[in-house]
Amino acid sequence: MTAAKAVQAFVDTVDAAAASYMEACVHCGQCARACHFYETNDDPRLTPIYKLQPLVKAYKRHKAPFSGLRRMLGLVPAEVTEDELNEWSDLVYDTCNMCGRCTLVCPMGIDIAAMVRKVREGFVAAGIVPEGLTGAADRAINIGSPLGIKPETLRKIVNEQVEEVGIPVELDKEGADYLVILSAMEILNFYEVIGALARIFKQAGVSWTISTEAYEATNIGIQMGDKEIARTLVGRIVDAAEKLKVKYVISPECGHAYSALKWEGPNLVGRPYSFKVVHILELLDQLQREGRIRTRGKDARRVTYHDPCQIVRRGGLVSQPRSILNSVSDGFVEMKNAGVANICCGGGGGVSSNPRAEDYRIRAFASKKKQIDDLQGVEALVTSCANCRNVIEEAIDAYGMDLPVLGLTELLAEYLEPDGGGEPAKPAEA
Amino acid sequence: MTIVQIIEGPLWYIAAAVFVIGALWRIIGILRLGRRTDLSVPRSAAFPGAVKALFRHMLPHYGFFNRTKLHVFAGYLFHIGLFVVLFFAAPHVAFLKEHVLGFGWEAMPHWAFIVSAQAAFAGLILLWFRRIADPTMRQISDADDHIGSWLTFIAMLTGCLALQESNASLRALHMLTVEIWLIYFPFSRLMHAFTFVLSRGYTGIVYGRRGVTP
Repeated sequence: MTAAKAVQAFVDTVDAAAASYMEACVHCGQCARACHFYETNDDPRLTPIYKLQPLVKAYKRHKAPFSGLRRMLGLVPAEVTEDELNEWSDLVYDTCNMCGRCTLVCPMGIDIAAMVRKVREGFVAAGIVPEGLTGAADRAINIGSPLGIKPETLRKIVNEQVEEVGIPVELDKEGADYLVILSAMEILNFYEVIGALARIFKQAGVSWTISTEAYEATNIGIQMGDKEIARTLVGRIVDAAEKLKVKYVISPECGHAYSALKWEGPNLVGRPYSFKVVHILELLDQLQREGRIRTRGKDARRVTYHDPCQIVRRGGLVSQPRSILNSVSDGFVEMKNAGVANICCGGGGGVSSNPRAEDYRIRAFASKKKQIDDLQGVEALVTSCANCRNVIEEAIDAYGMDLPVLGLTELLAEYLEPDGGGEPAKPAEA
Repeated sequence: MTIVQIIEGPLWYIAAAVFVIGALWRIIGILRLGRRTDLSVPRSAAFPGAVKALFRHMLPHYGFFNRTKLHVFAGYLFHIGLFVVLFFAAPHVAFLKEHVLGFGWEAMPHWAFIVSAQAAFAGLILLWFRRIADPTMRQISDADDHIGSWLTFIAMLTGCLALQESNASLRALHMLTVEIWLIYFPFSRLMHAFTFVLSRGYTGIVYGRRGVTP
């Protein structure tokens, strides 16, 4: 029965694009060469296309062209079993960040990340989802955040930042131009970003607010493959944005949150938004180009930039973070394969919320570490995803590395020209 | 009617019909599944993205060339060799003019045929050897991969045997293997010769809408 639910979900989720991917694959194995999990485990099972096997089997048995003829001749694959789903669970949830790097190398251009999402939908239907993700989903639905952050906690953290930077932040302000949403990791671990935004937006003259009803950008539904949860979480943001009558919602420094809100959200709620979605990097870049953000001084350290997959490879924002970083850094150097071919931190796609996957995640970081080590001495790593930042910090500890990890928005705020002129900003401490 | 006449007559028409109808059936079967209208606001246009992806994935990505050079080398060798032989070998040009298209073009000289055929054989053998030798390739391969490779190999081999067209039986043998290949084609992974347009195109639409340059 469990497997039957998964099979039905697999069959239902296959559209023309998914079918064309399964029909076009020539089993060339190139995708393995782009996967950091394959590279760091040397296990043929971790070949990205192999992770789709339950979906491929169900499609070939029930939906593919000629499947009826093949079934009569006994040439269709056997029905997917529950044992098989359990066997594939680590391939689907623990060793795929849905980072999309495999698509770049695929001669057929197969979007394997999107297909893994579809496989996960089958696993959700069957109830075979790692506990770390189901727990986060429960908290997101019942409390409002996958890390259990309540509105009171948000208020407290915002107030602390208001005191820190001396700039008021008006929550639930109707008629503001921009609604800021934050990822759970930002609110709990990197809350200085709130103060940084307050300083930047004050200088740029941006009217903004945070909703106490929809402050959470992280969409665990997208990560685990549960459309209903994904729809509910996007719906909260849409409702709050429309209630507050904002013109824009700012997607924060979080990879999957951007995909969830910008690209998948309207399809989940079934209609276009009445507001525009802008990523914080797009907005900061735009404000800089308009001369509304003025910086003074530059960070002299040799720094590099980690591209979050969903923002760059699956989001199209490549030049904006570089433009911002160059405006505040004298020592920015690129990693090999930076930009669309950058290597994932290892924690995306819900892997960082899944304690079962921790060993895989830490091992996968070896690919990222090599990218960093090849630069032969960088003094800091900058990124624009709080989840990447947290995952990289943990991995850096695990590998005994000494490398500060910085958020791009906060780095920019450090070098803002002080109100009415004044001394250059103090360089960040290493 | 002799066996040779059957192979060069009715069987050829049956094989060609199965190939054309089967391939169309499969492509229409994929397309009829449809795709929901994307309601997100695109950053740039979808269609140019699809066109770009069609060509972009024809070339190895700069970031991975060192890791994929064997496959890239063997893949180009096989496909370029095969296409040159298929469309520029003198007997093929004559056959296409007489039986399929009604018009022809300049055939390549004999030495070019030899070079192209050797390239195609070398590429195909390398690709198949990699499939059986590499544990990852063994993990993801199935019977269809091997049948497709072997049918192609045999069709190419019989083609070389029939090269001088001095022996009607050898030419008929080549025709027969090609006919088997054509009948197998729509039901197999050989269909990637057509479905690559769809898979690259659909991904290109996503790239295009999101403003991603892969």
